[in-house]
Amino acid sequence: MSMSRRDLLAAAGKFIILSGAAQEAMESATGDLAPDSKYRMAEHYWAMTIDINKCIGCGNCVKACAQENEVPKGFFRTWVERYEVSGDDLEHPRVDSPNGGMNGFPSIDKPADKAFFVSKLCNHCAHSPCVQSCPVGATFESPDGVVLVDQKYCVGCGYCIQACPYGCRYMHPTKHVADKCSLCYHRITKGLTTACCEVCPTGSRRLADLKDPKDPVHDFLRVNKIQVLKPEMATGAKVFYKDLDGSVR
Amino acid sequence: MNYAVWGRMVLYLLGHQTMRGKFDGAEHLVRLVVVAFVAVLLFFALRKVMVPSEFGKYGHFRPAALAEIASKAPVYAGRGACADCHDDVVKLKSEGKHANVACETCHGAASVHAADPDKQKPLLPDTKLLCPSCHEASTAKPSKFPQVVSSDHAGDAACGTCHKPHEPNKSPEDKS
Repeated sequence: MSMSRRDLLAAAGKFIILSGAAQEAMESATGDLAPDSKYRMAEHYWAMTIDINKCIGCGNCVKACAQENEVPKGFFRTWVERYEVSGDDLEHPRVDSPNGGMNGFPSIDKPADKAFFVSKLCNHCAHSPCVQSCPVGATFESPDGVVLVDQKYCVGCGYCIQACPYGCRYMHPTKHVADKCSLCYHRITKGLTTACCEVCPTGSRRLADLKDPKDPVHDFLRVNKIQVLKPEMATGAKVFYKDLDGSVR
Repeated sequence: MNYAVWGRMVLYLLGHQTMRGKFDGAEHLVRLVVVAFVAVLLFFALRKVMVPSEFGKYGHFRPAALAEIASKAPVYAGRGACADCHDDVVKLKSEGKHANVACETCHGAASVHAADPDKQKPLLPDTKLLCPSCHEASTAKPSKFPQVVSSDHAGDAACGTCHKPHEPNKSPEDKS
């Protein structure tokens, strides 16, 4: 069989393009994590819901997170803030978070008119400023909606720490790379919930899978008044707060 | 410039007989072009070596990182693991107000215990310290959440003297 060079190049080009596209399509459909894992990234899209009215500021989430993820002392992947608001002065709430709220909160000497707890963690933004600022592709949004750090690839420049509008990242004091909440990726990919949600005694925090039609998150979002932190920054934050007060920053 | 010219240039530099004399007077240009060509090849070769395999498969990151992060072993076993053996406690608890409080909230991380029950015993916390960590009165707590000023409520007594953490609905008088 004779074939001109033009035909050969054209055929090879088509083969490369078509087989590449087919492979791409297969991967986006199955999204394998590891050969032995039953977990399919394409079937999940993770988020979290926080009910302000249920948070009692016990600090169990902070403790569990630190233990589960070996968070160094003095740094936090999640923490609890106590807000105190006087009258109409929403712009100047008194906020404290002693040791991240890990051991609870001291009693208030002069109670303000209103006080409540707000637990915070990485918002796992769909349009993360931290991911956009990373110069080497070490921090990324996973296909299942979790913002992660590839600590083998991170060069420790710290741009992401400056970029996060929620203060959710820190430089690991001994590894010298960026560290943050991983939404317990090692747990949720095994069918467990996050450590903070596991130990939350009142169910204030709940892990949510937006792609699971049976997940109670859909009712939660539909029935309640929901807010995310700093919506004006258009980060696509996926930690959804119920009954969040306007004074919360 | 089409591929044929590139080819002819390379053949010419290699001294191939068919190209002899074709680029006379323009050897310096041919050399430049070929150096540029080799530089491009070198770029792609280095890129192949230095960029991790499959980089960009799911986005601008190293896809192997996903499995690496996911491979870490959980420290908290999850309430399902506790129920495998302690179904009696789970049943008792499921009827009370602490039904949704996970075992590990009070008894601590238990994956080591779940893997080998003899290797580690979960915490048996002091109720005098444990219970107030949730139930100590605070103006910041939701008003409907049950809370007491423990020193007024119990003095120095531990909460467990009267209350049973696994069945908190029972009033102190029910204690048997």
